[in-house]
Amino acid sequence: MRDKQRTDLAALLALVCAVVALFLANKYLDDYKIRIINLSGIYVTLGLSMNLINGFTGLFSLGHAGFMAVGAYTVALLTMPISMKEMNFFFQPIVPWLANVEVGFLPALLAAGLISAFLGVLIGAPVLRLRDDYLAIATLGFAEIIRVVFTNTQSLTNGALGLKGIPNYTNIWWSWGVAFITVWFVTSLIRGSYGKAFMAIREDEVAAQAMGINLFKHKVMSFAFASFFAGVAGGLLASLLGTIDPNMFRITLTFNILLIVVLGGLSRITGTVISAVVVTVMMEALRFLDESINLGFIEIKGVPGMRMVVFSIILILVVIVRKAGLMTRLKGRESSYAEN
Amino acid sequence: MLRIENLTMQFGGVVACSGLTAEVKPGQIVGLIGPNGAGKTTVFNVITGVYKPTAGRITFSPREGEQYQLVGLSPDHIAKLGICRTFQNIRLFSELSVLDNVFIGSHLRLRSSVFSSVLRLPRYTAEEKEHYEKSLYLLEKIGLQDFRDEKANSLPYGMQRRLEMARALATNPKLLLLDEPAAGMNPQETLELTEFIQEIKEEFELTVFLIEHHMEVVMEISEKIYVLDHGVLIAEGSPSEVQSNDKVIEAYLGVG
Ligand SMILES: Nc1ncnc2c1ncn2[C@@H]1O[C@H](COP(=O)(O)OP(=O)(O)OP(=O)(O)O)[C@@H](O)[C@H]1O
Ligand SMILES: [Mg+2]
Repeated sequence: MRDKQRTDLAALLALVCAVVALFLANKYLDDYKIRIINLSGIYVTLGLSMNLINGFTGLFSLGHAGFMAVGAYTVALLTMPISMKEMNFFFQPIVPWLANVEVGFLPALLAAGLISAFLGVLIGAPVLRLRDDYLAIATLGFAEIIRVVFTNTQSLTNGALGLKGIPNYTNIWWSWGVAFITVWFVTSLIRGSYGKAFMAIREDEVAAQAMGINLFKHKVMSFAFASFFAGVAGGLLASLLGTIDPNMFRITLTFNILLIVVLGGLSRITGTVISAVVVTVMMEALRFLDESINLGFIEIKGVPGMRMVVFSIILILVVIVRKAGLMTRLKGRESSYAEN
Repeated sequence: MLRIENLTMQFGGVVACSGLTAEVKPGQIVGLIGPNGAGKTTVFNVITGVYKPTAGRITFSPREGEQYQLVGLSPDHIAKLGICRTFQNIRLFSELSVLDNVFIGSHLRLRSSVFSSVLRLPRYTAEEKEHYEKSLYLLEKIGLQDFRDEKANSLPYGMQRRLEMARALATNPKLLLLDEPAAGMNPQETLELTEFIQEIKEEFELTVFLIEHHMEVVMEISEKIYVLDHGVLIAEGSPSEVQSNDKVIEAYLGVG
């Protein structure tokens, strides 16, 4: 118990330091750097959300881009001023029930999370009841379907044209406020009995079930929480960028988050936070790889997508070097039903 | 407590258990023995809902006046009714701490919602405290209190077996199924285990159904023994009756 108070104190201290640092950054840094700090906060939330399901619960979900899209469109459509909606939807008018809605950022973010969680349960439940080996495929498919649906529901999402002029509510306090809440939520969940049940399922489903843990109920629960935070993060991102379109939410977005989780370590909360910040900053720092480099006497043509190649290589190296990587986990799960 | 009637379990062409009828009375320690591959573990798997039997009925009555049909129920449901087990090939939550392994055994009794656990509402923390106290008590009982923060898979084999029993006890079972608890133990450990089983049986008012290869263990503590061979019940009775049964001797010597 003494230990616990110590860690609580350390956490509080870290929080105070972080708040001071954010305050200073907000005051003295330029817009570009502040934007990266915002993105880092959003990726912290995303990384933890994915770690909850893929790391702590031992399931393999690849649906984050889809849940983010749901969250992003929810926030965009709920917070956009009525006049702005009219301007956006010139091709085909927006559905009447959304035309005159404008709510605050907090209720919009909550709605983003809840709708996302609801969809998570809707697609997760049938898969998790049968064979959760298929969760990766199902969630991947879901994310792609969402993208296609959003491209074609002209009067709801404005289709491929996307949405512009989303109010920029997201600032350092929102993005990092949500990040801190996510850290607290996941830590508190994992420390408690339910979180331990999630980890028990990851370690050995047969034993967990024999100890009276309802596998389906707990998996769906974990998946719903993960979807909730992915939706909220998507909402934050929409409000940060001000412009969204369905093609932003491709599989590469999920891949970025997976990279954060694997780099930071499965089932590692602090690791995920650090790795989210490092990866976000690196993404920006390595942006030059995609662009042309002018060395004065010779110009090297940039290769679009080079950044992702570099990141993929890093990911592969990490997985190879660290045995506790994703792949060993998956292999371990395969054999779990083999015999008692 | 537990009544098995005409239980048959087929895996494709393999008949792992055929027409078994057996009964475990409240407060008894009952042994289940038989040569390798006789179908003993399969019986446990069917009782605990891991497999659905091809035919047969299993009735469980944890208390007088209460009766449940187990066939068709899920393993977690059966655990909640009061049947818990250990595994022949140890199945601990390897990467988790010794204490957490036992603590997780209490999860099925938790009544607070997941939200009260995240918010650590008093209702939840009270339950959690009680579960931790019980876990620590059980760890002390099996002599692992000093290893509470070690990873479960870092323990030596014998300790892992004991930890599995503590985890099962944390679920507050009425009926405890032990699948070869003495496997891989030396004579000294086996002796201690025998005493331990009798001790917990008294303290927690358990009924025990036990699979064991160590004859000295089964013969010493069982009131009644069932003998399986190739999925068929070949003998039942008190230890001395079973020991002098010709069919049993034959099965164990591998004649015929
Ligand atoms: N899931 C399964 N699929 C197919 N066959 C199985 C399965 N489980 C058990 N069997 C078969 O059923 C028979 C009985 O196996 P079981 O594990 O119940 O024996 P046992 O008495 O526990 O043996 P041991 O003393 O070696 O533990 C064996 O032939 C085994 O191969
Ligand atoms: Mg066996």
